Amino acid sequence: MDYAFFLQQIVFGLTLGCLYGLIAIGYTMVYGVLRLINFAHGDLLMVSAYIAFFGIVMFHLPWVAAVVIAVILTGIFGILIDRGAYKPLRRSPRISALITAIGVSFLLENLGIVIIGGRPKSFPVPEVFSGYVMAGGVRIPILSFWVLLVTAVLLIGVVLVVNRSKTGMAMRALSRDMETVTLMGVDANRIISFTFVLGSVLAAVGGILWCMKYPAVEPFMGVIPGLKAFVAAVLGGIGNVTGAALGGLILGLAEILIVAIQPEWSGYRDAIAFCILIVILLTRPSGIMGEDLPD
Amino acid sequence: METTTRSTKPHARRDSLLTISAVGAFLAFLWYADNHFSPYNIRILNNIAIFIILAVSYNLINGVTGQFSLEPNAFVAVGAYTSAILTLSPEEKLASFIIEPMVWPLSEISVSFPLSLLAAGLVTAMMALLMALPVFRVRGDYLAIVTLGFGEVIQVVANNIVPVTNGPLGLKGLNPYTNLWWSWGICIVTIFCIVRLVNSSYGRAMKAVREDETAAEAMGINAFRIKTLAFTCSAFFEGVAGGLLAHLITTISPTLFTFLLTFHLLIIIVVGGLGSTTGAIIAAAVFTYGSEFLRIVEEPFSFYGFDYEGIPGMRMVMLSLLLIVVMLFARRGIMGRSEFSWQWFFDIPDRVGSRLRRSR
Repeated sequence: MDYAFFLQQIVFGLTLGCLYGLIAIGYTMVYGVLRLINFAHGDLLMVSAYIAFFGIVMFHLPWVAAVVIAVILTGIFGILIDRGAYKPLRRSPRISALITAIGVSFLLENLGIVIIGGRPKSFPVPEVFSGYVMAGGVRIPILSFWVLLVTAVLLIGVVLVVNRSKTGMAMRALSRDMETVTLMGVDANRIISFTFVLGSVLAAVGGILWCMKYPAVEPFMGVIPGLKAFVAAVLGGIGNVTGAALGGLILGLAEILIVAIQPEWSGYRDAIAFCILIVILLTRPSGIMGEDLPD
Repeated sequence: METTTRSTKPHARRDSLLTISAVGAFLAFLWYADNHFSPYNIRILNNIAIFIILAVSYNLINGVTGQFSLEPNAFVAVGAYTSAILTLSPEEKLASFIIEPMVWPLSEISVSFPLSLLAAGLVTAMMALLMALPVFRVRGDYLAIVTLGFGEVIQVVANNIVPVTNGPLGLKGLNPYTNLWWSWGICIVTIFCIVRLVNSSYGRAMKAVREDETAAEAMGINAFRIKTLAFTCSAFFEGVAGGLLAHLITTISPTLFTFLLTFHLLIIIVVGGLGSTTGAIIAAAVFTYGSEFLRIVEEPFSFYGFDYEGIPGMRMVMLSLLLIVVMLFARRGIMGRSEFSWQWFFDIPDRVGSRLRRSR
């Protein structure tokens, strides 16, 4: 295989991997704290993309303003979902919250259909992000730089918050033992809300970037990225923020490279994540960077 | 507490006699329905039977064993494809596989309908076993995401292995073997098997795992084996139901088995009461019948001069809201975890009487 082609595929793989990573961080944080697979997480991509879309197309807001509003509103939306749907079930069996999560996910998707309609809408991409630069025979889209930059900045920010701040310490403690931490005087609900805001904001940013890469906004756009991001989170070690980003990168690279090397397998692209998940569960269930936590 | 051993159960003979006569009466009703009902109503009856099979077996893993899984659409797809591929005759296969011919051994095989249903169940159970091994070795949590992923993958696979599944074209012109006798016959057998399983020592182990896995293991229950058993059993019956469904609608394609099916079943078992087989049966029947009426919501109609334009997607919004509301405010559903028993039935007058006395 020719060198430039290979590098080109690496660029595509890294871009996709960053997007998976961004979404996976939110998954991994919520799972780490609540032991809950937040199925609605993927749909937050769709929510933020629609808010930004309507901000730009219907209210003629400047692009940046619309995106900022979309990210903030999605963050608030994240808390509302937690308060409305998950908080009342904190003390009930785990399966109840999981079922509610599926319900919320389906509700969001179908509300999307009812309110906005099922037809995909094209997302406006400003000039700054379009175009590409040539480097040694490799065509690098400008968007890839932005995706990489945004992911790196957000990842460093989240890692700092989780590892250095007091709130982050409370988050890590909650993931070990909620009862004890509550007894220590930590307001668990506040920390959980914070986790949801952080996760939702990352999902919102991921949603906007996703729409610029694949510029079609539709109600079910978050399902497949959400599913794959969860696989990325498990791959990196669930509960571990850096691991989630790493898992996302590996998954993105694997998807792009396997199809590039074996073009006849392109139909099975969506199955690669599933196979990786099975292999990880068989060989190293705690993930690449995860530690064995007691249940 | 209910008594566990058979010999100490009061009225055991009366109860089994009543059950047999109830089944007999139901078969008589089926005979009447078969001869006098319109094809539309017979179709609904068939759907109800298939949904009862699915709900009861889905409840076994989700409700009784407490492991959240999202597999029915995938397993129904596997069962439907397996049995459809097996019943089509070699000539029909030659005619319908126009993109690529079918691979050799499958293109020549053609078996009878019951045998194909059995094969559908076994193949599906095999798939479940292969999934259970990696998942239950770790933590039950991942079952939901693995089964959800499998549901997506099965559509990808069905679209891509053209020599086996005929790709996006799907399989057409299946013989409509599924009639009231097949669907309800298998439905009754399924209910019987699962009720016996739930009431056996295995069933009590499943409930123990649901309540507290660590405690159950401390009592000597092998949680891994029990969870795998429950998952494989429910997969078997879901595969059989898939075979029945394929020969009821006679045309199957990869797009048919979306997550929507799983979502419907989830609502059924939640509304019926997670863990109650009786609840699953009642909810499956009510829901399948009721969802025919709910179609109205999406179609335009006029009500006393009030014009209502159909809103696509509204039905699913209402159903997801129903699921969330039941989960938040009425988690016991219709039946909670209790089951129907004849004793309960005969006690109704007493209960009503005592309630009346109290209110007076």
